[in-house]
Amino acid sequence: MLGKLTVDALPLYSWVAMGGAVVTVVGALAVMALITWFKWWRILWSEWLTSLDHKRIGIMYLVLALVMLVRGFIDALMMRAQQAVALNSEGYLPPDHFDQIFSSHGTIMIFFMAMPFMSGLFNIVVPQQIGTRDVAFPFMNSVSFWLTTAGAGLVMVSLVIGKFSTAGWTGYPPYSGIEYSPGVGVDYWIWSILISGVGSTLTGINFIATIVMRRAPGMTLMRMPLFTWTTLTSSVIIIFTFPALTVACALLGLDRTLGMHFFTNDAGGNMMNFINLIWIWGHPEVYILVLPAFGIYSEVVATFSGKRLFGYTSLVVATAAIGILSMTVWLHHFFTMGSSASVNTFFGIATTIIAVPTGVKVFDWLFTLYRGRIRFTPPIMWTLGFIVTFVIGGMTGVMLALPPADYLMHNSAFLVAHFHNMIIPGVLFGYVAGFMYWFPKATGIILDEKWGIRSFWCWLIGFYLAFMPLYALGFMGMPRRMEHYNVAEWQPYLIVAALGAVVILLGVACLVIQLIVSVVEWQKRRDHTGDPWDGRTLEWLTSSPPAVYNFAVLPEVGDRDAFLDMKQRGIAYRKPDRYQDIHLPKNSGVGVVLGGFAFVLGFAMVWHIWWLVAVCALAMWVAIIVRSSNDDDEYCLPAAEVEKIENARYEELAHASPPGGEDAPGVSTTPLQENPT
Amino acid sequence: MSSDAAIDPGISGQAAPDAHEQRAFGFWLYLMSDAIIFALLFATFAVMVNNTAGGPAGKDVFSLSSTFAETMLLLFSSLTFGLATLATKAEKSGRVLAWLCVTFLLGLGFIGLEIREFADMVEAGAGPDRSGFLSAFFTLVGTHGLHVSFGLIWILIMACQIAVKGLSVPVVSRLSRLGLFWHFLDIVWIGIFSVVYLPGIL
Repeated sequence: MLGKLTVDALPLYSWVAMGGAVVTVVGALAVMALITWFKWWRILWSEWLTSLDHKRIGIMYLVLALVMLVRGFIDALMMRAQQAVALNSEGYLPPDHFDQIFSSHGTIMIFFMAMPFMSGLFNIVVPQQIGTRDVAFPFMNSVSFWLTTAGAGLVMVSLVIGKFSTAGWTGYPPYSGIEYSPGVGVDYWIWSILISGVGSTLTGINFIATIVMRRAPGMTLMRMPLFTWTTLTSSVIIIFTFPALTVACALLGLDRTLGMHFFTNDAGGNMMNFINLIWIWGHPEVYILVLPAFGIYSEVVATFSGKRLFGYTSLVVATAAIGILSMTVWLHHFFTMGSSASVNTFFGIATTIIAVPTGVKVFDWLFTLYRGRIRFTPPIMWTLGFIVTFVIGGMTGVMLALPPADYLMHNSAFLVAHFHNMIIPGVLFGYVAGFMYWFPKATGIILDEKWGIRSFWCWLIGFYLAFMPLYALGFMGMPRRMEHYNVAEWQPYLIVAALGAVVILLGVACLVIQLIVSVVEWQKRRDHTGDPWDGRTLEWLTSSPPAVYNFAVLPEVGDRDAFLDMKQRGIAYRKPDRYQDIHLPKNSGVGVVLGGFAFVLGFAMVWHIWWLVAVCALAMWVAIIVRSSNDDDEYCLPAAEVEKIENARYEELAHASPPGGEDAPGVSTTPLQENPT
Repeated sequence: MSSDAAIDPGISGQAAPDAHEQRAFGFWLYLMSDAIIFALLFATFAVMVNNTAGGPAGKDVFSLSSTFAETMLLLFSSLTFGLATLATKAEKSGRVLAWLCVTFLLGLGFIGLEIREFADMVEAGAGPDRSGFLSAFFTLVGTHGLHVSFGLIWILIMACQIAVKGLSVPVVSRLSRLGLFWHFLDIVWIGIFSVVYLPGIL
């Protein structure tokens, strides 16, 4: 009846695991109790969970990402603490538990922190930035979100029922095969990734279609803001490479569940095929994540330097070049596989070539900053921290790209330092910069600057403390993923790294405090103008938060910095003569239903509860059929209603300080310096 | 947005994005993504084709007559779907239903033959857990079969929608995407026939 599920699945094997389970359950119950206490269920359901409004879906993605960031970060702290103390001793974590923690840390940070964070920013920003009212497929957007959430839910459940994978976030066979990992951990990993992977693929399709088909009139490709360009490129990489992840995980699942021999040691299995498949996805994934961050830096640099972006065309070309090259380098993750020298050489050269367009971008940002009137707000601080730190990571990447050198550094702490050096300052700093930059747009509240800057310094200093020692440890011969060790010289470095993690913890705390302070003081921090930073692109034309339709009248684009151009021509806030009815997608609970059943389906697959798998699959089919037979999925917002909303907006504008005026935070009133590109 | 009313002409002069055009484009994107899945399964098959681990190889288990019959059924189902599309253009819903029905039966015949082929192989001790080669074979061909089965369900749903709603704009738009899907599976099958079965048998 319950497959492999018995009472033994409870985490009674270590007090640390018990603690994690209790915190998870109590946390979930506390959140539900709060919602019940405030009687928020109804409004939560009708205004948020079932919403097809891309801005709300975007905010829900961000909530998911921040929750998972905390979870993934706790994993990191536990690992650093273990390695700091585990010299000639077992530390406080049993090996099996330690292995679960590094596996879930990687899985969570990539799939359930970075990906939702990215999708959230896509959702909040892109439709507004290209001057449209919604994404191409609003319902599919909701499905994407709920599938991602279902995957995240599975990872969280593994904390309480059963164990998570111990095979690392890339799950290499044969260790991840049924012979060496007979438990349910790897199955949790497979199903959380398969389910959320479908969500990511749908997001990719959605944003390509949105950007290609729904741009405002006048917005040619070469007038698209850089964040839109990077979203487009990133989405293209998603639809081309996520299938590789799906295939890799599905085949591993077939090996484990049906006894097939794709990656087994015996019966004609070929485990290197898995490693190829997963990195055919895995390397481009790095660029899926980092390109949108590059887009954010580009927006932030231009806005807060008060200058036109330097080298727009070269930035676009570099983005596209990275997008293509990203698919030609995967083998550098396993030079030690033993391919021929010529194969390794090809991938080594391809890898070093990627540094070129990336370097172009760094110079473009620097030249944009050069002689700009820089306003040192939190978003630009994260950007400056990124530029300096990312260059270090890029250089160590080029070192790893050389096959002979890679043979020495493969699987060492040097590698761990390198990819964290790319992903924390590269991806995370960018997303946090975007979070602080667009938070007023999404919510109407300008975040507290003081705590934002404090968070930045803690993260930056903490990052250097935590990861520079790992570079040194790599050279001292320390392999990655060590539960304990007996080389006394390593310990001081590991203690410094642990201190770094504590400093980052302060950074996370500052982020949380910033959020709380800003929400509590929301009346003081309201953005009445919709344009708190003297913005240049179309998303700053809407009110903050935007009306459900974003634009009462779709804007016409006359320049790359479309909104700045409108402001300079004095037509940004012109009242239209008349309004028209606007058709918008109705809310739908089908996305929630699909996500819910996907979650149960994944759970049932993990525990081999076959009847439940069948029930869930059938229910999902029925939900899809019902939804796809429904032709009445829109409602009409009458012109009179639009006019009322817009009049209130003009009223608010009239009372607010003029957009981009002296009262706006940190805005200069001198004429903007232009830089020909 | 599923109707042209979502458009905002006049004031902005915007040619509104046509909802059905968007959906067709989005569906092409999906097909490209799906094609990558098949491409990787083909690649995996190519890597594993000789990993028979002492078990049967292609020439021992494939039957030309059965494969040829499957191929004919699927190719003709693509033709009859094309005829259904022509009838859609002519707005003759009865004829559309009839051709969809024929397409469904041909597809069902294909799936029936495939299931029989799989069952025979499993019975002969050549199941997917026998060797890496057979794992790759069953997964590649089975994934295609699963797609065809989803297509069959989709044909049924569209037949119901035509019967209830007639050839309304959304229904015709869905039919066009079903057509893309069905012909796509045909192309994949031609790949399977030439990469999996022909070299195995010859």
